[in-house]
Amino acid sequence: MRLTCPHCGDRDLREFSYKGHETYLDRPSADAPAAAWDGYLHLRDNPAGETRDLWFHELGCSAWLVVTRNTVTHAVTVVELARDVKGARHAG
Amino acid sequence: MRYSGWQVLAQGLMGNKGWKPAWRDPAPKPEYDIVIIGGGGHGLATAFYLAKEHGLRNIAVLEKGYLGGGNVGRNTTIVRANYALPGNSEFYSHSLKLWEGMEQELNYNVMHSQRGVLNLFHSDGQRDAYARRGNAMINQGDDAILLDREGVRKKLPYLDYDQTRFPIYGALYHPRGGTARHDAVAWGYARGADQYGVDLLQKCEVTGIDVENGKVTGVQTTRGAIRAKKVGIVVAGRSGQVAALAGMRLPIESHILQAFVTEGLKPVIDNVITYGMGHFYISQSDKGGLVFGGDLDFYASYAARGNLPMAEHVVEAGMTLMPMIGKARMLRSWGGIMDMSPDGSPIIDKTHIDGLYLNCGWCYGGFKAVPGSGYSFAHLMATDMHHAPAAGFRLDRFATGRGLMDEEGTGSQHNLH
Repeated sequence: MRLTCPHCGDRDLREFSYKGHETYLDRPSADAPAAAWDGYLHLRDNPAGETRDLWFHELGCSAWLVVTRNTVTHAVTVVELARDVKGARHAG
Repeated sequence: MRYSGWQVLAQGLMGNKGWKPAWRDPAPKPEYDIVIIGGGGHGLATAFYLAKEHGLRNIAVLEKGYLGGGNVGRNTTIVRANYALPGNSEFYSHSLKLWEGMEQELNYNVMHSQRGVLNLFHSDGQRDAYARRGNAMINQGDDAILLDREGVRKKLPYLDYDQTRFPIYGALYHPRGGTARHDAVAWGYARGADQYGVDLLQKCEVTGIDVENGKVTGVQTTRGAIRAKKVGIVVAGRSGQVAALAGMRLPIESHILQAFVTEGLKPVIDNVITYGMGHFYISQSDKGGLVFGGDLDFYASYAARGNLPMAEHVVEAGMTLMPMIGKARMLRSWGGIMDMSPDGSPIIDKTHIDGLYLNCGWCYGGFKAVPGSGYSFAHLMATDMHHAPAAGFRLDRFATGRGLMDEEGTGSQHNLH
């Protein structure tokens, strides 16, 4: 498995570290009910198939990335900047 | 048929023509009192103890593939009870006691070998931590011996003691720990459950869980609908998918853990050894292969195979610890799918649906838990009361923050264990 960083191009997996599902982009407000925080921190759809998760290009450009990939085949389809994904959501 | 040395001799003299299949291959009945989803080690053990300890007979185990085809056949076979935290400690202590009586209980040779586990430490701080862990184990009634460097050298003369980067200070020695033949554990429980009349239904994938008025009524499967009064989900590795059939989201992320084995060698490694710097553990199978593994790949995956960076990391750790294994040729590597919970500890609990029970989240430690998990889950399903040694494995501990069991002390969020 290799990831194509939008800044740095096709790079070895060892340059990246994994954070988890893109759920982490939707941080609840500090006064949100406990159930919202449970969903943010713990509960996961955990799909066998396509998923979108957060990776950090630790040994490269230090960008946070949203990677669309398949958990069964390890095929990577899209790598986007987390900044852009989050920006598009706020705009939408 | 009761297995014995006499049987082996008698069957040998008769050309081995008298052996019977170890379990039946029945057709599904329309209704059972209890349906267990998942025919791995934990599911088969649950069915066995439901029958043996609670006198229940009308039970089915539903397996989408073949019995023991999941993680119980894909692990590094280590059996131990060296946990420190209340909640985990008494559970694994109970499980190890069941291991020690398993072969007699099942009349099945699972090749359980109490060859001892040595956890190496490499600094004063790590020695303190292992001394504390050893004391916790002794307080629990289990065995632990703190060895110094010379004590370890006597047992494991082939380690690299002279390296300056990670010098070996000693080890926590757990003599009752060891290994077992993993497939045989599944087969032994399958045979034992079958002898009590449990129906083991293979190639029977659950496609739906029927719930009426908040109570479970049965399951839909690829072999037809089956009604049931109680349903237990025991499908670690696939827990998220099966729980989703009942509309549940779980605090579980599936990760890949790789394992490796070399070609068969003459006996060289007598114990189970874990490296305290760089995650690496190794033992030698009875066939002679060196069986070893390391960390998770650390990304969500159902691929049952890992990537090369972690293979490289594991082999580097092994070479640092015992340079002699560089002469062995690696035969194969594979991956198991781990049900990772946020705090690294499992879940054995009821759900919000009446009659639906959940056993999951075994992370990378499910094999040694097989008998204890089956015993405690059977107790919960039969009596609706938590079995004392597993009473800490609550599903709601993540939502409430109460009763978390973070054995590694790294935190209670995904991807930290």
